[in-house]
Amino acid sequence: MADKTPENKVSPPERQYPDPKVKLRQEPPTTGHSWDGIEEYDNPLPRWWLWIFYATIIWSVIYMILYPAWPMVNRATSGLLNYSTRAEVAAEISRFEERNQVWFERLLETELDEISADAELQGFAVNAGASVFLAHCSQCHGTGGAGVQAAGYPNLLNDEWLWGGTMDDIHQTVRYGIRNEDHPDARWSQMPAFGADGLLDEEEIDQVVHYVLRMSGQQDYDADAAEAGAEIYEWNCASCHGDDGGGDYFQGAPALNTAVWLYGGDYDALWESVYNARFGIMPGFAGRLRDAETRAVAAYVHQLGGGQ
Amino acid sequence: MWDFVKLLVLAAIAVFAAYVASYARDLAHLVHMIIIMLVAAGLFIWQIRRVGEPAPVHDPGQYMDGVIRAGVIATAFWGVIGFLVGVVIALQLTWPQLNFTWAEGYLNFGRLRPLHTSAVIFAFGGNALIASAFYVVQRTSAARLWGGNLAWFVFWGYQLFIVLAATGYVLGSTQGQEYAEPEWLADLWLTIVWVAFLAVFMGTLINRKEPHIYVANWFYLSFIITVAMLHIVNNVQMPVSIFGSTSVPAWAGVQSAMIQWWYGHNAVGFFLTAGFLGMMYYFIPKQAERPVYSYKLSIIHFWALIFLYIWAGPHHLHYTALPDWAQTLGMTFSIMLWMPSWGGMINGLMTLSGAWDKLRTDPIIRMMVVAVGFYGMATFEGPMMSIRAVNSLSHYTDWTIGHVHSGALGWNGMITFGMLYYLVPRLWQREGLYSLRLVSWHFWLATIGIVLYAASMWVTGIMEGLMWRQVDAQGFLVNSFADTVAAKFPMYVVRSLGGVLFLLGSIIMCYNLWKTVTSVGQKKPAAAAVPAE
Repeated sequence: MADKTPENKVSPPERQYPDPKVKLRQEPPTTGHSWDGIEEYDNPLPRWWLWIFYATIIWSVIYMILYPAWPMVNRATSGLLNYSTRAEVAAEISRFEERNQVWFERLLETELDEISADAELQGFAVNAGASVFLAHCSQCHGTGGAGVQAAGYPNLLNDEWLWGGTMDDIHQTVRYGIRNEDHPDARWSQMPAFGADGLLDEEEIDQVVHYVLRMSGQQDYDADAAEAGAEIYEWNCASCHGDDGGGDYFQGAPALNTAVWLYGGDYDALWESVYNARFGIMPGFAGRLRDAETRAVAAYVHQLGGGQ
Repeated sequence: MWDFVKLLVLAAIAVFAAYVASYARDLAHLVHMIIIMLVAAGLFIWQIRRVGEPAPVHDPGQYMDGVIRAGVIATAFWGVIGFLVGVVIALQLTWPQLNFTWAEGYLNFGRLRPLHTSAVIFAFGGNALIASAFYVVQRTSAARLWGGNLAWFVFWGYQLFIVLAATGYVLGSTQGQEYAEPEWLADLWLTIVWVAFLAVFMGTLINRKEPHIYVANWFYLSFIITVAMLHIVNNVQMPVSIFGSTSVPAWAGVQSAMIQWWYGHNAVGFFLTAGFLGMMYYFIPKQAERPVYSYKLSIIHFWALIFLYIWAGPHHLHYTALPDWAQTLGMTFSIMLWMPSWGGMINGLMTLSGAWDKLRTDPIIRMMVVAVGFYGMATFEGPMMSIRAVNSLSHYTDWTIGHVHSGALGWNGMITFGMLYYLVPRLWQREGLYSLRLVSWHFWLATIGIVLYAASMWVTGIMEGLMWRQVDAQGFLVNSFADTVAAKFPMYVVRSLGGVLFLLGSIIMCYNLWKTVTSVGQKKPAAAAVPAE
């Protein structure tokens, strides 16, 4: 490296620049035709092009020998590898199935409220349940389980429940759903449309809405109307929602004395709820998911934050 | 006599359309019938004012360029519309709030998406193909278009088809087959127009004064014939009633899917590849002023391309109910298609050898070279994506969207822009383009737009494919579908930006072409187009 004598220095060859006026190579012959001034050279096929073309043909023939390819009278040739896309998928599924088989069996054998006591099983159930939740529940309840606020998709992260938050309650809801026609065990209740059906007049609705605003601890309500609404509430609402507005899991009646709302807790949303009532539907999953899966997703939802 | 027959037919169509309109069962059909009634009535009035006037003279010693001028204008117009709708739906995917509630059922993504694809493929691409085919076949055959005013019928008939299809999409008339959405009425009309197109093209070829048919015309002819076949077979159907737009297709189940993608893939193969190769084979040698690189290559790759392409459709149906053997067929023929596709690229690029210096000075050549480059890239990517294992990752993801757009924007868009820049000064006998600087602006905006589009779709496509198949050690899915949608957001912004740049470039082009026609001096008539004697 140190030696920089001119002797071992590589000198670049003197470059020769072509004279642009001189043609470097012979023009190839043309085919002799001319269309609107366009001529065509009679160049041969590029070798690399031709060889790659041949290679793709050979490759394709080999592939057709190895894989299902030629339609015959009754069925196609199955190829030397006996490959099938359906069989491939089935094999992959059964590989996981076999590995998880012992866990699914344990999940089915264990009582619902005892799953969480078995740390290993709980871990499996939550993992499996999360996957079921992403595929089947997240469309309404959100990928994180937070629901859609004020749009009727319940938040599953808090301890406010419509139909109860024990493992058994959640499992029942997952299996049969809410207010659907698919299953006789679906949870069912229906709030009267107090305004639309003429059970209350508009002034009374106004008053009972103000009463609920007060009950839920909001600041912005009309004190006189709320006072008048107390009696209307007692006669019309308390039987389901409770004297103190605590709600009733048995009838799916939401609590009205908290800050958590399914369809929104402001004056307009409450007015709409009282006037026209609400009718949220959830499908049942008993037919779509295996028993182990409904149990797993119940375990997952139970541990999201509000399990009872 | 002939005039009165025409008047009678037009009057009958107008009255019949009015009759059907009054009993129409759906809004789309009502609107279509009103359009047909207005067109027929308008033509009736136009015709009746000309009764007795001498028929226009078709001088066989002169090229018929009026219809090509109209085609050039239509190409630019529909191009901008198609790109604009594309930008709108890209933004709708990025920000779903842009599916406005007040426009629900008319301008939401589901209605606009076929409007975009058909506008760019059939309205922009189709007009470019018809106009350039009419130009090229006349010049390379040294013959005037055959059939007198039949070429004008093709042009206006095709515009009517576009309007019927577009209004149908927005009003919800669709048979739900990709790129074949129009219902029976528009299908029938397109068939008539297409046969007329074939007749004009074939008639001109038969009348040619050159001993041989130029390679560009082989490609145009294969495009016209194959598209006719694809269109008819994929649309075999029975209208439910003459008063409604719906129809019952003859094919069902997996056969329907198979025929649909035989159609769909060859819409790409013969409409967007063969047809545009015809364009390439004329405009690149003309603009470069160089001979075509290899006549042998053009023959071999032409026949290999049209033979292999027609079998490749099943690769759209990997891992579906389609039998494995048919999937193998689609895949292997797609692989073998790689080199025949590249034959066109080699002939395009090598034609420029000896004229590479023009890349520095001529932005139109630059556009054409980039077009051929994107063609080569897309026709490598296509066979690769058709491999079953690759397809299991890429299928249904945005990668496919990116692939389509590097072909559509890069290849079809750029070669069409080059063609428009070449044709406008010649068709309007101008000395040259209004501004080469603006062509350069268009070139860079479009190129950067395409790169942003394709790159962002590669990223989201592969990410999406990986997220969909991601399972944990116990085999449970890790991501919900909504997770993948949320993860794509930044790339959707980039894609929209790419689309905006491409749209901007095309608007600059329209301005440039407009100024070329309106404010560039008339060329001396010495080089006026005259067919060979």
